[in-house]
Amino acid sequence: MNGRRQFDTDELSQLARQLCEQAQGTEQIEVCVSTGRSTTVRAYNGDVESLRSGHSAAIGVRVITDGRQGFASAGSLDTDVIADTLAAARRNVMFGEPDPHQGLAEPDDVAPPGLDLSDPAVLSVSDADKIAAAIDLERRCLAADPRIAGVRVAAWSDGWSQSALASSTGICVQSEHGSCSVGAQPLATDGDETQIGYAGDAAWRPDELDIDRVVTESTSQATGQLGATKPPSERVTVVLAPPVAAAFIGVVASVLAADSVLKGRSPFADRVGEQIADERLHLVDDPTDPTTLGAANFDGEGLAARRNALISAGVLSGFLHNAYTARRSDTASTGSAVRGTRSIPGVGTHAPVVATGDIAAGDLHASVGDGVLVRGVSGLHSGVNPTSGDFSVGAWGHRIAGGQLAEPFREATIASTLQRMLLGICGIGATAEPLAGGMSMPPLVVADIALSGV
Amino acid sequence: MTRTSDITAAAEITAEPLVDLDVVDATLRAALDAGGEWAELFAEDRESTSVVFDEGRVEEMNSGRDRGVGIRVTAGEVTGYAHTSDLSAHGLADAARTAAAVATRQSHGGTVDMQSLGGNALAEPRVAVLPASIGAERKVALLRAADDAARSTHEAVTQVTARYGESRRRILVANTHGVCAADDQVRTLFSVGCVASGDGGLQTGRETVGYTVGWELFDDHDPAELAERAAQRAVTKLAARPAPSGEVPVVIARGGGGVLFHEACGHGLEADLVRKGASVFAGRVGSQVAASGVTLVDDGTMGPEWGALAIDDEGHPTQRNELISDGILTDYMWDWLRSRDEGRVPSGNGRRQSYTHLPMVRMTNTFVTNGDNDPADIIADTPWGVYVAHLGGGQVNTATGDFVFGMTESYLIEDGVITEPLREGNLIGNGPQVLLDIDALGNDFAMGSPGTCGKDGQGVPVGDGQPTLRVRALTVGGTAA
Repeated sequence: MNGRRQFDTDELSQLARQLCEQAQGTEQIEVCVSTGRSTTVRAYNGDVESLRSGHSAAIGVRVITDGRQGFASAGSLDTDVIADTLAAARRNVMFGEPDPHQGLAEPDDVAPPGLDLSDPAVLSVSDADKIAAAIDLERRCLAADPRIAGVRVAAWSDGWSQSALASSTGICVQSEHGSCSVGAQPLATDGDETQIGYAGDAAWRPDELDIDRVVTESTSQATGQLGATKPPSERVTVVLAPPVAAAFIGVVASVLAADSVLKGRSPFADRVGEQIADERLHLVDDPTDPTTLGAANFDGEGLAARRNALISAGVLSGFLHNAYTARRSDTASTGSAVRGTRSIPGVGTHAPVVATGDIAAGDLHASVGDGVLVRGVSGLHSGVNPTSGDFSVGAWGHRIAGGQLAEPFREATIASTLQRMLLGICGIGATAEPLAGGMSMPPLVVADIALSGV
Repeated sequence: MTRTSDITAAAEITAEPLVDLDVVDATLRAALDAGGEWAELFAEDRESTSVVFDEGRVEEMNSGRDRGVGIRVTAGEVTGYAHTSDLSAHGLADAARTAAAVATRQSHGGTVDMQSLGGNALAEPRVAVLPASIGAERKVALLRAADDAARSTHEAVTQVTARYGESRRRILVANTHGVCAADDQVRTLFSVGCVASGDGGLQTGRETVGYTVGWELFDDHDPAELAERAAQRAVTKLAARPAPSGEVPVVIARGGGGVLFHEACGHGLEADLVRKGASVFAGRVGSQVAASGVTLVDDGTMGPEWGALAIDDEGHPTQRNELISDGILTDYMWDWLRSRDEGRVPSGNGRRQSYTHLPMVRMTNTFVTNGDNDPADIIADTPWGVYVAHLGGGQVNTATGDFVFGMTESYLIEDGVITEPLREGNLIGNGPQVLLDIDALGNDFAMGSPGTCGKDGQGVPVGDGQPTLRVRALTVGGTAA
């Protein structure tokens, strides 16, 4: 064997379509195929520490017969593997149990946003340039403050991927795009004390990466925590810094996915049209803004990606649907199927966006008076129960005293429920601050959160 | 107290190495010819099947297959890595040259010592019954039994999700220093998650059992009993009151809180973090870092536990590593790269998620050994506090040692007696301080639930365990005044 076949995007589409054409009788087949390549460079002590690169290929085949679903996937597009994967998916169907709502997405009349996301800029970055970028990131972190003693990780990553999705219901879409990212974990020391910071950015094009923000944010996190102490336990008003606000909003958006609603696992089931948040909150999922990495022309089932309002003036507007949850709810898909090549489409957000409020950046702390600024949280994966809505997560940041930013705190938790937190929003920043991946988020002010420390 | 496996070797023996040994030899030579000082080939073939039972029916049956090779080449302090799913001689030679390209910056040339190549290139699964040999209808029957059992436990149980998962991972590792080893890792897992609905909203309960074993998992574990426990946990929490807020004495049930040590000090004892000054335990070997009586072990050889391996992902045999002995820090955990720099042997802790990843220092099964206290006395001697029956996942900042983890089942202790159930909350503490604050250690050691440890974007299976123990003060992140 002398190397293997390389595919371009049209050939991937053709491959997926041909496999779908093997559907027999009432059988439905959906095929997702992708290829990709990626590089990650890490720098340490002024030189390259590691350079990792590779090619990948993947196929995911979903078969639905009479309401029974089977799925199989593999990490190769070799001819024998493709045939085996279809055979495995068909085998798995035999053990599925009928669900009258099960079925592939049918083409709808919604036009995709027509975004051009296949900017080739990332392809022109040489390995030498990637190494230089990682080394430069480490150097700039070290130079940012004399207390920065080292950088645990300074990394550059990039990738290029091509994918196609076809189904026996007549869907056939394809995409091709690149992206790149940087991340830094600087260490700040003072005597025996060490603190670590982290920041990163990701973008479609190398020149869109905000390296200045990554250096400033990661090093100021580390230095800002030096001397931090454990705060007293009390109920406080908190300012959620934009990255923290984004993390919480991501959790809120996930419980507005119809699959958890239909299965009785969402605290917001049956609440469409009700006030579930303070009237200042407007939340949409918007994959049509091409500047964010959440932008997409199609969802994970090949339907047009579209803008969906989730919360408008605090009122729950609706839930996100894929084809299955829509059929079961007697409504239409919102184009919110999310998937990897190797997984069954679920339901989720592409790019959640919160509308800015009216508190000017300079007035934020004064508007709180006494409280805390939460700059980072930990244990989000274990500390939020999306079914009950209870959350309790590790928190660090600064106290706010007399309207001024005061001493740093650490080794504390903030706790409440998602339901109470949404209703307790008492201010939203007027400026959305940039986050990784072209996203942005204003700071959120939330009243009556339990801060636990000493 | 280390568990031993009474499981006999499986009948199926892998007939051929994952990659032909002549191709391995040629690939490693190509890497050195291209400028590497040392080179390694890691081949992996992974098959997995999962079945999800939800809303009273089989919702998904999935199967997956992955096969590929990662080539690692080093020269001085520089590492090059290339991965490919093209296992042809040509594909591997390409990957070897790609991996070597960056390493030539510091290279002084290398030699190949592959005298033992082929000696250990075959492995057999250490299980009694390969899960793949069992028909899917039997797997579905177990899931249905779990669903029935959970729903009949209590009328408040409104949703049940049961999952079955099996994986078989075959690996071959060879390097230019003569390492050539293979392993055949089979894991089987079963979990049940329940939702209970009451006046105060929804609560959840989950139980998971998983071991590095085959279908014989179900000889010792009844899915219906597992489901009843998960259901009972959800129902119990319907009546739970808010957890306290602030520093509280915390008693952790046997097997329910090994994750505390995984987060509080396990990560901080990984040599890659220590070397970069990103661990609060750097430079402290020989010092007292925990209360006397506390002995912490990481043991990859540990019978059928979830983190058990015959070899690590660099081809080195796993072993029992005592990290803290009677409160004194004795050693860190090591992979090949970090042990090379220190001129010592690896401790069998070099692991990677898949062939697409670089290995790094990881835990296997991490646990605290028995103390002298009767667990009943520990509770009886606690006037007021929190009893944690089960902890969920956690996270640590290794630079400071600050860690959090979720309490998925906990109760109040009042006057030495376990009383009311508490709602979920996180515990937060500082690793070095918590180790010193352990003021009672039981004699009832048990391992806990299977876990997946995430580090730098890579997840690997790990186990943990401990006897019943008490920490003098931990911050409970509840909402009660």
